[in-house]
Amino acid sequence: MEDAPALERIVRELLASQRLAVLSTETRGMPYSSLIAFAAAPDLRTLVFATPRPTRKFSNLSENAQVSLLVDNRSNREEDFAEAAAATILGTARETTGEERESSLALFLGKHPYLSSFARSPECAIFRVEIEAYYVVSRFQSVSELHVRR
Amino acid sequence: MKVLLPIDRAAGEERALVGGKTLALARLGTAGFSIPRALCVTTEAYRRFVESGGLHGAIARELGRKRFEDMRWEEIWDAALRIRTLFDRTAWPVTLDQELREGIRSVFGDRPVAVRSSAPGEDGVTASFAGLHESFLNVKGPAAVLDHVRRVFASLWSDRALLYRKELRLTPAGSAIAVLVQEMVPAERSGVVFGVSPSDPDQAVVEAVWGLNEGLVDGTVEPDRWILSRGAGTVISHHAPVREKRVVPGPAGTVLSNLPQALSARSPVSEEEACAVFRLALEAEAFFGSPQDVEWCFGKEVLHVLQSRPITTRPAPDGSDDRSWYLGLKRSFANLKNLRARIEGELLPAMGREAEAQASVDLPALADGELAEEIRRREAAVRKWEGIYRDEFIPLAHGVRLFGQFYNDAVAPEDPFEFTRLLSGTGMLSIERNALLDDLAQRLRADRLLAERVARDGKGDPDFESRAARLFRDYGDFFGSAGSEAGRKGILSLLLEMSRRPAVPPGESAGNGAAMRDRFLSRFGGEARDFAVELLDLARDCYRLRDDDNICLGRLRSALARAVEEQSQRASGRGRDGAGRIGSGVTIETLNDPSSPPGGGSPPVMESASFLQRDRQLVGHPAGPGFARGPARVVRETADLFDLRAGEILVCDAVDPNMTFAIPLAGAVVERRGGMLIHGAIIAREYGIPCVTGIPDAVHRIRTGDILSVDGYLGIVTRAEA
Repeated sequence: MEDAPALERIVRELLASQRLAVLSTETRGMPYSSLIAFAAAPDLRTLVFATPRPTRKFSNLSENAQVSLLVDNRSNREEDFAEAAAATILGTARETTGEERESSLALFLGKHPYLSSFARSPECAIFRVEIEAYYVVSRFQSVSELHVRR
Repeated sequence: MKVLLPIDRAAGEERALVGGKTLALARLGTAGFSIPRALCVTTEAYRRFVESGGLHGAIARELGRKRFEDMRWEEIWDAALRIRTLFDRTAWPVTLDQELREGIRSVFGDRPVAVRSSAPGEDGVTASFAGLHESFLNVKGPAAVLDHVRRVFASLWSDRALLYRKELRLTPAGSAIAVLVQEMVPAERSGVVFGVSPSDPDQAVVEAVWGLNEGLVDGTVEPDRWILSRGAGTVISHHAPVREKRVVPGPAGTVLSNLPQALSARSPVSEEEACAVFRLALEAEAFFGSPQDVEWCFGKEVLHVLQSRPITTRPAPDGSDDRSWYLGLKRSFANLKNLRARIEGELLPAMGREAEAQASVDLPALADGELAEEIRRREAAVRKWEGIYRDEFIPLAHGVRLFGQFYNDAVAPEDPFEFTRLLSGTGMLSIERNALLDDLAQRLRADRLLAERVARDGKGDPDFESRAARLFRDYGDFFGSAGSEAGRKGILSLLLEMSRRPAVPPGESAGNGAAMRDRFLSRFGGEARDFAVELLDLARDCYRLRDDDNICLGRLRSALARAVEEQSQRASGRGRDGAGRIGSGVTIETLNDPSSPPGGGSPPVMESASFLQRDRQLVGHPAGPGFARGPARVVRETADLFDLRAGEILVCDAVDPNMTFAIPLAGAVVERRGGMLIHGAIIAREYGIPCVTGIPDAVHRIRTGDILSVDGYLGIVTRAEA
């Protein structure tokens, strides 16, 4: 069973190695999940993603900023049940503007340079998620929480 | 790719397909050595079997429950048994079954064969891992052969192999094993030859026994030993043992039998024959280009090679390597029977006498110097018995494992630990003690006035007091601190707590245990049935004695603790700092099983600069079925047990039989030490209480008062949201 430094390493590796996360938003009691490209800040306290404004997730986020994301390193083999790790992320998302939008965009494109035209398009919103906690699942069912110190 | 190959066609194949043993023998065969007729079930057959059964993922999950470094050898054994049972319960894919069955029938019919492991990694030139996987002798008929092939497959994941998993580079997806099905040579005499002696490079060693080699290899039969000069090829010395036994084919498998008198007077091989065996090793050495360790036998006066492998040593231990000790825990049936007789007849009574002698010493009456001497004596006694415990008592646990494997092979139960239900109800000391406690609790339950009186005055009526006195006289030592006034108070408070809830009788399995026993034994007939009865009997004794020996050791340890307590009381009475080396409170650590690492280890780091950790779901082993939810009671010292309230979840580092008196009160048991056959799990199952073992850092990660859900079916402990 891992201790805090080891869990932090697992989270850091997951966020660095994975390009995509499942983002869950909500509207009127209905959960809604979508696959997004993301990039995490080096201090693991925030992450950023991009979405065009006409999307369902954008509309949901305007109503409720509470989000959950799932990042995992599964490879779709039997061994995943023992070997894969997953982090459920809890946090609050907000759209960035001005200078913060520029720095968030830089973080995002640093990881996903091939998404430049998408992310820089005028109708694309750049969101930043303030992370409250990671729930780390490893070895199939071992679950530990890492709560961000504020 | 081929799933079955005659040995005379295997010489040119890859080691990865046929394994080391097959390849070496096949090459010797082509060079003209006399080898038994054989078929190789290849690693391709293993792969097809494992893939069709979906076993990769199941093995990975079994081995991935926790970090391998965190697994104790008991947990490794448990994992290996679960994997083996999984293989036993997995059917052969239909086409593979047909192909193998027909191939085996056409070559061997119903004639007896040996089914031997032939792992690609086992006999490398640089390292030998002989004996990590299984082999079976005297197996008859294609159906039985296929059952045993499956068991050899499973032994790729045996407890022994798992200990060396790093060196063997074992991975569920990457590893495979082949099996050599070899005609049984009707061997009158057999043995092993080391082309180069492990102790002198100029010498060779020939070991020989009457009957089959199995007795020599597992250490049950002591061999004649011939030392030869490598240069001259002549005998330097001959050591003749007392020859009493030999291993011979039974109705199925092998049996150890008494050696006829005519044979016990003679060495199995003459001096000329020993030289011939040595020459065989030299020829094999010349053929392979390195010194060989050869298993051989004489059948009808013809010398056969059964297997040949390069002489290598196990990779050098790094100093802290206990693995050879673990390997030594595997004992043969005969060996275990002797051990049982010695423990029951000599060691436990001697321990009891020592404890009684200590109990008769009037500590307060001793002068300071005498008390110091008494403490030294008791320390020496504890050290001595801890050594015996490690060397003799712990190996006895293998009797239970031997039976477990035998039971699972015969029954292939869904629950790999079903066999433990046949072992309970043996009148363990700890259950007797608990029955006395129950009796007292029952009196309090039936008589509320008596309960009020005990709660108020710390004393009951004369009848209650005389029964309590009996409990303290016979079992007082077992409570660790119960010799003291605080201990008595603690027990009374525990009894009052027990009286507030309905009685839980232990051993409810006793009734259906009889039916289970009949069902199990009905699978055998004749001699095989006798063996099953004897093995069950041995396992039941091992199960009981392994609990009792801890109770006895607990008495010696608490006798030491009492003497130390006396000394520290005297010191504090004189206003000095306590002189006790252990301190006034006996900690759980000193009561621990010496085979387990002390205490709960150091607490894990639960925070970093950016994060605070909180564990939500902890995974261990399902050691007692059932589900319970309730507040945690973390127990670090024996005295903490007296605070246990009915229905609380008992959380501790390692339950020792001296602590199990509190278990009937607990809603569930959670412990750090892992295993299915450890004391906490045994007692929890006797009372039908859910139990999860092997939770790393349990006493650090869980706090008293945390609301826990304990799933004893899956081995999971979940903490409720704060």
